[in-house]
Amino acid sequence: MADLTTPLHDAHVAFGARIVPFAGYLMPVQYAGVLAEAKAVREGAGMFDVSHMARLWFRGERVLEFLEWITTNDVAALADGRGQYSLLPNATGGVVDDIIVYRVAEGAFRMVVNAANHAKDVAWISSQNRFHVTVTDDTDATVMIAVQGPDATGVLAKGATDGQALREAPTFGIVETDIHGVPCFCMRSGYTGEDGYELVCAAERGIELWNALAAAGVVSCGLGARDLLRVEAGLPLYGHELNDDVNPISAGLGWVVGKEKAFIGCGPINEARTNGTPTKLQGVRLEGKRLPQPGMRVFVDGREVGVITSGVYSPILEAGIAFAFIASDVKLGTPATVEIRGKHEPATIVSKRFWKRAY
Amino acid sequence: MNNPPDLKYTKSHEWVRLEGDVATIGITDHAQSELGDIVFIDMPEVGRALQAEESFGTVESVKTVSDLYAPIAGEVIAVNEALGARSELVNTAPFGEGWLVKVRVSNPADVDALLDADAYTVIAEA
Repeated sequence: MADLTTPLHDAHVAFGARIVPFAGYLMPVQYAGVLAEAKAVREGAGMFDVSHMARLWFRGERVLEFLEWITTNDVAALADGRGQYSLLPNATGGVVDDIIVYRVAEGAFRMVVNAANHAKDVAWISSQNRFHVTVTDDTDATVMIAVQGPDATGVLAKGATDGQALREAPTFGIVETDIHGVPCFCMRSGYTGEDGYELVCAAERGIELWNALAAAGVVSCGLGARDLLRVEAGLPLYGHELNDDVNPISAGLGWVVGKEKAFIGCGPINEARTNGTPTKLQGVRLEGKRLPQPGMRVFVDGREVGVITSGVYSPILEAGIAFAFIASDVKLGTPATVEIRGKHEPATIVSKRFWKRAY
Repeated sequence: MNNPPDLKYTKSHEWVRLEGDVATIGITDHAQSELGDIVFIDMPEVGRALQAEESFGTVESVKTVSDLYAPIAGEVIAVNEALGARSELVNTAPFGEGWLVKVRVSNPADVDALLDADAYTVIAEA
């Protein structure tokens, strides 16, 4: 299958992006450089084309019942105009995908899912739909731009008809407003650990919005910076930290699993919560600047305790950092080594939230 | 990409500057651009004997890890210590301050067999 492009593709080329295939799309991996872009997001405001991620609508009388059954988080707790990070579990306690669910109004929800799982999720959701819920896919008709960083909300608010609503919305809140004249569905969420919004607008207005944001000082950022920022912030990536066989409890996602509800796979997930899992997703911080990569093995006192699932160089910590599923008896703070091309590089097992924003 | 005409090049994107029997080796502007921000360079020990085309270290960037290959046979007589703290010099000055190693070449004539700037430019832009 030929790679798809997002409606913003021409803007990426015009902005000098390096384009790579990702999840079936040709996507910008970097513009000026990964480190400069990551710095822009940590210190100002950066934007990412995330149009490849799929956007679904769920509508129907029994939509709440349906979403409670197919997702792990407590959907009933959502008020209108609020969203939550969640998972689509499978029957064996693994993860079909990690997602965000937004309650737009009674009987109308949005879901954002990973690009790589788009077709799989749609088929899975359809196979579980005994609730007469209408699921529609507006991915191709829209673009999604994530604007992230300590200045993101302020910059968006300046260009918005209802800037005050943007400034006042809670995390995972929804605001509908025009931004630089473009009607936007704005969700206060992201994948960088920073404040900011994910904006959805009509596909044909996407480049206009992108260019207006660039003119307002928002720095164009690619997938390279996005990966670095999400690892620093302790956020998992499907296919690395999550897959059909990973129990969410093992991945440290018990906080997105409702305790008082029935859902697909709740048996094995609740069992894991009660009895623990053999491994847990942890952070691994190298002493030096080497780049840890998926598949590299982690050792404590000569014993192999885990395998790395994602690794980046962290400019904030000036060190290689990684996620790894580590044997559950290994405590945080334990000195370890990572085997990098035959050499054991010193490291420490740490919390996977390497970095937390201070505002 | 501007590849200096006084240097010799390899298909694996290293450059060589021969002065007497000492070859300074680095990676090209094209190579650093493809790698992105470089954060770590695994260098050989001084004194190590290298065979031509032998892997003598790695360059690690925020995106990827790439092997370094010896363009010619020789003994490592110096490594660029400045890169330990400032690996970004390979990005900013690949043909200058960002050099990697100096090698006393076994046979200076080997260098003649490497690519000239024009031939390398064709490869790099392919």
